[in-house]
Amino acid sequence: MSKRLLFVFAALIIATMVLSACGPKASTYECTDAIGCVTVAPGDPIHLAYDMVINGPDATLGIDSRNGVEIAIAEKGQLLGHDVQLTGEDDGCSAEGGQASGTKLAADTTIVAVFGTSCSSAARVAVPLLSQAGFVIISASNTAPDLTKAGDPNNWPGYLRTAHNDTIQGAAAAQFAVDFLKVTKAATIHDGSLYAESLANQFAKVFQELGGTITAQEAVDPNQTDFKSVLTSLAPGGPELIYYPIFVKAGSLITRQAKETTGLENTSLMGADGMFSPDVTAGAGDAVEGLFVSSPDTSSFSQKYNDYFLPKYQELFGSEPVSIFHAHAYDATWMVMNAIEAVAVKDADGTLHIPRQALRDAMYATKDFQGLTGVLTCGPTGDCANPKIAVYEYHAGEYPPIKVWP
Amino acid sequence: MLRTWRQRITIADVVVWIIGLSIAFVVVYGSIKTIEVGKYNTRVWIDLTITGLALGGVYALIALGYTIVYGVLKMINFAHSEIFMSGPFTAVFLALALYKNGFWNSHPYISLLLVTLLAVTVSSTLAVLLERIAYRPLRTAPRLVPLITAIGASFFLQYAFRGFFGSGLQAYPELGFLKGTWTFGSIPVYKTQVVVIISALIMMLILYGFVQLTKMGKAMRAVSEDKEVAGLMGIDVDRIIMLTFALGGASAGLGGILYILLFPVVHFFMGFIPGLKAFTAAVLGGIGNVPGAFLGAMILGILEAVGPSLFLDGMGIAAPYQLKDAIAFIILVFILIIRPSGILGERITQTKA
Amino acid sequence: MTNKSTLKQLFSAGLINGGIIIFLGLVGMIETFSQRDIVSGLVSMGFILLFLPFFVFGYSIAKKEPDQSLRTVLFAGGLTGLVAGFTTALLPILGQFVNIRDMFMNASPTLYSILNFNQGIYLGGLILMIVSGIIGALGAGFLLIPPRLRNAFLQAVVWTVLLGLMRDLLIVMIARWGAISYIFRWIFASSGLTITGALVIFFLVGVVYYWRSGKKQDLPVKKILSKKQKNIRFGKLVAAVILMLLLPQILGIYFSEILDNVGIYILMGLGLNIVIGFAGLLDLGYVAFFAIGAYVVGVLTSPEMGVIQITFWQALPFALLASVTAGVILGLPVLKMRGDYLAIVTLGFGEIIRLLSLSDWLRPYLGGTQGIQRIARPFIGSLELKTQGQLYYLIVAAILIAGFIAWRLKDSHMGRSWMAMREDEDVAQAMGINLVATKLSAFATGAFFAGLAGAIFAAKLSSAYPQSMNLMVSINVLCLIIVGGMGSIPGVFVGALVLMGSPELLREFSEFRYLVYGALLVVMMLVRPEGLWPEARRKLELHESMEPDALPNDIPTVTENPAG
Repeated sequence: MSKRLLFVFAALIIATMVLSACGPKASTYECTDAIGCVTVAPGDPIHLAYDMVINGPDATLGIDSRNGVEIAIAEKGQLLGHDVQLTGEDDGCSAEGGQASGTKLAADTTIVAVFGTSCSSAARVAVPLLSQAGFVIISASNTAPDLTKAGDPNNWPGYLRTAHNDTIQGAAAAQFAVDFLKVTKAATIHDGSLYAESLANQFAKVFQELGGTITAQEAVDPNQTDFKSVLTSLAPGGPELIYYPIFVKAGSLITRQAKETTGLENTSLMGADGMFSPDVTAGAGDAVEGLFVSSPDTSSFSQKYNDYFLPKYQELFGSEPVSIFHAHAYDATWMVMNAIEAVAVKDADGTLHIPRQALRDAMYATKDFQGLTGVLTCGPTGDCANPKIAVYEYHAGEYPPIKVWP
Repeated sequence: MLRTWRQRITIADVVVWIIGLSIAFVVVYGSIKTIEVGKYNTRVWIDLTITGLALGGVYALIALGYTIVYGVLKMINFAHSEIFMSGPFTAVFLALALYKNGFWNSHPYISLLLVTLLAVTVSSTLAVLLERIAYRPLRTAPRLVPLITAIGASFFLQYAFRGFFGSGLQAYPELGFLKGTWTFGSIPVYKTQVVVIISALIMMLILYGFVQLTKMGKAMRAVSEDKEVAGLMGIDVDRIIMLTFALGGASAGLGGILYILLFPVVHFFMGFIPGLKAFTAAVLGGIGNVPGAFLGAMILGILEAVGPSLFLDGMGIAAPYQLKDAIAFIILVFILIIRPSGILGERITQTKA
Repeated sequence: MTNKSTLKQLFSAGLINGGIIIFLGLVGMIETFSQRDIVSGLVSMGFILLFLPFFVFGYSIAKKEPDQSLRTVLFAGGLTGLVAGFTTALLPILGQFVNIRDMFMNASPTLYSILNFNQGIYLGGLILMIVSGIIGALGAGFLLIPPRLRNAFLQAVVWTVLLGLMRDLLIVMIARWGAISYIFRWIFASSGLTITGALVIFFLVGVVYYWRSGKKQDLPVKKILSKKQKNIRFGKLVAAVILMLLLPQILGIYFSEILDNVGIYILMGLGLNIVIGFAGLLDLGYVAFFAIGAYVVGVLTSPEMGVIQITFWQALPFALLASVTAGVILGLPVLKMRGDYLAIVTLGFGEIIRLLSLSDWLRPYLGGTQGIQRIARPFIGSLELKTQGQLYYLIVAAILIAGFIAWRLKDSHMGRSWMAMREDEDVAQAMGINLVATKLSAFATGAFFAGLAGAIFAAKLSSAYPQSMNLMVSINVLCLIIVGGMGSIPGVFVGALVLMGSPELLREFSEFRYLVYGALLVVMMLVRPEGLWPEARRKLELHESMEPDALPNDIPTVTENPAG
């Protein structure tokens, strides 16, 4: 087989020697950018990529974000007279998946920006690779604090995120528990994901600093369905609040089962933005009544979300959003496209030059961007999420939940 | 006498017994500690046990399918968990349609019946198709080959259903008549839990009766004993195997409906973990044995619910419920050390598996 | 001409064909792949996926016709295609009246318009039927072309499609070659091949293949090798070794990454092959030893854990020792268990290890959910093996060592004992084989290889997460040794390349990866149950015990993933 292949290649080389008359055209543009430029020939698309989990048990997380990216690209249509092409890789929601996908994307020099990763464990391995390749990397769902902590070995140039840093959200939830609910005893549950674990720990830390007591810190497997035994074992500690910043699937089952657990009938329940989804209303049924979730303050922007985004999602993908970071991904995509528009240089023949460092600078300089998830301003380490966290309360059969705090 | 007895004991045996005893010691020590600490009252223990029994009921129905297929073909039908998923995942759309036009609330019993019928039909059709396409041609192949086919079929079905119905989750609407509790003595028990436990028990008895008492069941046992001889005796082996798969599929579909009574959320990956647990339960009880599968499932369910609190809590181990599967598997090892072919498994299984 | 029963056959084949296309459509493959060009602006992957089944069915139905005259063959193929087209056309019509999209999320207007050529449901359906009939007839007519030309044509199509599919990868690879790269640029459009490129590839491959297949007929019968031939052979071997060592330089970093991953799986495969292939012990928890290897290296070398901080090479013996010890500890309780009891206990062992590494309880020692980061990479002298290209050599070295051990063990006294035990434990024991020692040594050796693989894995990622240590790893390794051919050492290499390497190359399948993977496993086992590179003895046994008619010849699933 290889011999034949070799022969084919040899023949191709000879054929091309005859056929190819001229080399590449000389360009009038001279790239002075510190880390190089991307050149897009007329008629060629601008190449954006995603690095998200699209297989396996965590697939919904990545597919949902990718859908958000696709909606933004479809809405934009052409960018500076070029189509936008989106390709991507599966980050597997794991370190090894991040390495494989990151390596592959990093090898493709036509890529301008990468949306991803889905999971922080993948990010820690993939981001260095993508950063060294000169891309802009913007994640809609990485929440681990170290990724944007100045001076941390996991903080890389070119990396930004529209998702919430766990430190902010966990602290806000604890503040809410003390100020609004006036509880003194709470329990936490995480699902073994980096997201949930660091939120739960952050909550516990701040809650104790504010004078509260943590009665228990439990963990569950998100792919299981029976949480009643865990909940039953929490009951004797007498928590007034159970904080479980996990995802929709397990989250809605816990909400339902907590209401059926002896001793927890009157305990307040609270999740994080991982449970800000219409699926929670369906999955938890009537038990959703009174469930609190923390989330970025969407009060002034939910209009476009409901009027434009959700119907579009339904139209393109045939379902309601399947997870929670679609709006973050949508915002990230717009930010990237705006930044490209700001820095790209267009030749007379339509050839486009995108300087990479300038693009990164433009991304970091994003200010007061009106997104679905709030007014976004990026910090120097790449945190772009709106730092204003609000708490919402669900009511049975209704979506979206109502804002109750602050 | 004494000498031969001593000769028979090897170092390996001693180590195995030490492992067994240390498991037993940790279990007993942990339990005593927990009870000493007295964090949980009787009520909590009863609640945990009932939760475990209900969970065991779901496992039992899936395990029954595993076990009867194993009994006849001596193969692990890895795709059984996907057959379990297919029923309720398809039927949810019927349920939602019925809910939309109000039929669900006006005729809840008929609705539940329709949904159950659909789920059972889908699951058993799929099981039969699977047997026809993927397993029948391999009946004489070495036993690892159908295992790989089954793993392949399992992936295929999982992702085919994801392609069909999406990767998000769907929720069943609530059934009014199964809400709330019944009180036994002074203990309130959720109606759904009672229904699940009793249905699993009934289904097990029916299947057991079918295998032991009917002519078909006799034919199944004959095929299980020796396919060729059974064929010579005038038994249509293909048909019996098909029937076995249909039965296994039907019980998985029914298990699926019971599952959604407890946990009304379905998605494409929902079969994986219950399937794994049911497989474990079938082995625990002695694979190929119908009452064994039921017993194994109940033990596993209770272990998962009660185990972490009882064994680990007293020793001050953080987040004990994260380790519930580890406990279940360790106890499995312990039981298999004592009875290498499961609780109700015959010693004869030691011939050739 | 065609009698009633064959007519019935044609109709059912057409129905199955239509069913497959509807399946592909509803699963989302046709729509997704239609965005993917093979030949820019002309042929998309979805187009191939949609029409290939018609062609294949037409061909195979014509092959079954007893009468091979042009008329009957074309009629059979055409009718099958027509029926299939009709069945397929029913989907958009159904979609028009019932909203099936509430249930099947991929039943989108886009899918319908692809199926209907944008012509509305009735006219479009008619066109679809005509086209499918023609393609079916073409497929049938293909049978009548002389085999030499037919094969050349087939090769040409396959290569064109493959090159078109792998455009993105090839372009990245070619770009590394500097000036030469411009020679190839004109073949590739911004997505897929250019029309000229496709034509050139098609004709080149076709002509070359046609020419070569003509020459093949006078192949000499195998003779005893002369000295000169031996030299040639040696030269070829040297060339292969040099090529293997140069691979990362030629192929670039991404291919090195794939090779590294394949290599790690080869290492594990070599180990599990001893446990399952040689000794016949069904182990479903093999990932446990991999995890132990990775975590021991992690704990001992990462500054985060704060136990001690030693180098990779110092930590490696501890990792291997820990894995082997774990192998023996697992081996002891399962000594008396057989078959599926063994399978479930080993599976449980794998889960226990994963849960412990994930647990909050052991978080201070193993990192819990957050895993272990900053694991040391191996140094050779002062050179840190960091990039995938450098690690490639480490992995190759490890494979060479492990492969050598496995190869030597196979025919050793131990190896014979393993195989005797695999065939029949009781007889083996009666022949004086010490079962305890034999079983434990199999577990220990298997664990050793997995531990080595785990240690390298941790160093390669420079981190270890519990999420990486899941059941899927065990299942993948099991599948690769069976697909390669159980008990066969070259089979491990082939199996790993096919199952772990190929999905990486075909990005198009990323979303349908497991779907195709699953179908591939099923088809593979049905068509070639002995594996791709079977052990000679096993192959014989298998073909003895399986009657030829037990092998399937009418499995429709084969066509479900034509490109896989």
